[in-house]
Amino acid sequence: MILNDLLQLKEKELAARKKILLRCCMAAGCISSNSTGVKEQLEKAVAEAGLQNEVEVRGVGCMKLCCEGPLVAVEPANEMYVKVTPENAPSIISALQGGQANVDQTDPNAAFFTKQLSIVLANSGIVNPERIESYVALDGYLALHEVLNEMTPKDVVETMVKSGLRGRGGAGFPTGLKWGTVAKSPGSKKYVICNADEGDPGAFMDRSVLESDPHSVLEGMAIAAYAVGADQGYLYVRAEYPLAIARLQLAIKQAKQMGLLGAGIFESPFNFNVDIRIGAGAFVCGEETALMMSVEGKRGTPRPRPPFPAESGLFGCPTLLNNVETFANVPAIYRKGADWFAGIGTEKSKGTKVFALAGKIKNTGLIEVPMGTPLHTIVEEMGGGAPDGGKIKAVQTGGPSGGCIPAQHLDTPVDYESLGKLGSIMGSGGMIVMDEGTRMVDVARFFMEFCMDESCGKCIPCRAGTVQMHNLLDKILKRKATARDLAKLEELCDMVRNTSLCGLGQTAPNPTLSTLRFFRNEYEDLLQPDTFDGGANHSQTVTK
Amino acid sequence: MAAKTLTIDGRQITAEEGETILQAATEAGIKIPTLCHLEGVYDVGACRLCLVEVKGTPKLLPACTLKVAEGMEVSTDTERLRKYRRMTLEMLFAERNHVCAVCVANGHCELQTLAYSQGMEHVRYEYTFPKWNVDNTHRLFGMDHNRCILCTRCVRVCWHIEGAGTKNVAGRGGKSQIITDLNQPWGCSESCTECGKCVMSCPTGALFQKGSTVGESERDRNKLEFIVNAREKKQWNA
Repeated sequence: MILNDLLQLKEKELAARKKILLRCCMAAGCISSNSTGVKEQLEKAVAEAGLQNEVEVRGVGCMKLCCEGPLVAVEPANEMYVKVTPENAPSIISALQGGQANVDQTDPNAAFFTKQLSIVLANSGIVNPERIESYVALDGYLALHEVLNEMTPKDVVETMVKSGLRGRGGAGFPTGLKWGTVAKSPGSKKYVICNADEGDPGAFMDRSVLESDPHSVLEGMAIAAYAVGADQGYLYVRAEYPLAIARLQLAIKQAKQMGLLGAGIFESPFNFNVDIRIGAGAFVCGEETALMMSVEGKRGTPRPRPPFPAESGLFGCPTLLNNVETFANVPAIYRKGADWFAGIGTEKSKGTKVFALAGKIKNTGLIEVPMGTPLHTIVEEMGGGAPDGGKIKAVQTGGPSGGCIPAQHLDTPVDYESLGKLGSIMGSGGMIVMDEGTRMVDVARFFMEFCMDESCGKCIPCRAGTVQMHNLLDKILKRKATARDLAKLEELCDMVRNTSLCGLGQTAPNPTLSTLRFFRNEYEDLLQPDTFDGGANHSQTVTK
Repeated sequence: MAAKTLTIDGRQITAEEGETILQAATEAGIKIPTLCHLEGVYDVGACRLCLVEVKGTPKLLPACTLKVAEGMEVSTDTERLRKYRRMTLEMLFAERNHVCAVCVANGHCELQTLAYSQGMEHVRYEYTFPKWNVDNTHRLFGMDHNRCILCTRCVRVCWHIEGAGTKNVAGRGGKSQIITDLNQPWGCSESCTECGKCVMSCPTGALFQKGSTVGESERDRNKLEFIVNAREKKQWNA
């Protein structure tokens, strides 16, 4: 494959376009409400109406408004049908010929769609994730070609530094700096790993990207590999994402067949292979050092850093580890330039962020907004507020490592620093909205239970501390705790945060701490008066 | 190897490049409490007792894996660290069933010794009283999971000194446990070489030699009768 082949492929794909395009969502969410049946019936109805030469029915990835699925979008009419059933298919096709479809539609000009800015999800819901040609038609792999032919690895790193992109896995480490460190680390063998072990409750951004546009992640990985000097990549995907795994396998196969992955990419001396590694269900394997242990075939437990993976990672070699969304940003940055990317977002947080909007909110689904968008724009304008006229009480970001942001702080812009100041984190993009009916102590206990179950058991503060904190939260909820227990809980939060080995333990107290900060009265309302019991804690109840 | 100059607890010391803070401190006669560390096997930084404060670093770092660096300023014994160490020990005691009075390791247990030395006077956390088994199927050794603190010393010596790879960790979080082969009774293990290194490495009474436990101590009352008979009746054959 050389540039001309790629451009020819694009031309051929564009020339094959038909007058009308029906995009049918084939991501996991819509498939679970039978979008496979919808697509089959649409194809059948097109054939029956004799419109094969004019109408294309395309299975695409996520079209974002997940709560209304299965979704079918019509181009160029710019219509979107919601909650489509297979029985609706003939009616949708007859509407193309001037009839009236008896299917509900959503307004594509609603705030939910218009306030979005798509970089990561630009192709999501448009390309057919199972056909590489569909990605190439939208300038796919052009950035990789340009990088390999026009830029030195050093230029590539510099462009990344200039773009200001920060890691989308949650911590927000500057991506360019990470690439530069790995590039400069001595070693003849280096690795690139994509972390697709998305495990936060309520988060499904990475799954959607992988299911909807797998090639953008592969292209991003290849560019990164060229920048740091790696020739082997691993995609670490959790086993709970079978569709994402299947589409990735297919994408890798297609890219290899076309010479866009493998040996001598674009007939250059650059080699890059990608293999998939499937996680076995441990949340902690999303932590980078545990993930690498797992890829090596060992028990997935974290190890102390330093040394950092950039210096000594997979099999002891310098390793670049980025999240799915980070890699998905990469091709666009090289296609459109670092300045373009750096022009989006805030001073310290550049670009966009994808959020999985879930919980007590009208429009649940996937959104991508520029950094700095205020939370209330996201939950009130785009999300449509709480359902049934309820009032939003708090927004949880960052999953079990994050915190709850109360309603009075909804004017906070979404960026790494602002969320950090409120005791939460940007996180990987899970956003759970809570209404007045949610008890915050319940929320704290839920996330603590999650951390307790998912602790790997290696270090004592996380293994035993989460159990003690969970038991104390439970005691508070059962109205058996006193002010002394609450003090003990806060002391434990501080200790576990400061002494745990990895991010899981260090951030496990965050949901408790942030709810204590903003909703302390809810805790105190559940406390019992402190009575001196002589032997203090010797009269303990046995917890089963 | 270049020499590095650093400060530990206000004392200027020199250390070889590549040494850990724990090694450098030990050489200088500064004692840092440890539990999962075992001389001779690699360190994992799991027990968090050897955490130290390093000036300029917001995070606490384990002395057993932290390498010395030029000009480093390390504190090993601040009020905050002492408090965290006591809490860590309290958590360990509350986690499983540590009853010193009937333990085979009573008096030479590292957990017990640490609790004394760190001033842990009582446990403020609720005991969880989990139900754990005792594996007594092995000919020579026993494993009492009630007393295990999951330091993984036994796993490391089994894999990296003996090279047998019999011991391992299974499960997650508080439900983690040391297993033999693919979680089979120790007595059925075909990989175990009966070298006993795991027993030697155990800091508590979780791994023990058979015959050494309180429950196994037998009194040979017949011996008394034999001696009395022998003296009185001059009957020296039993």
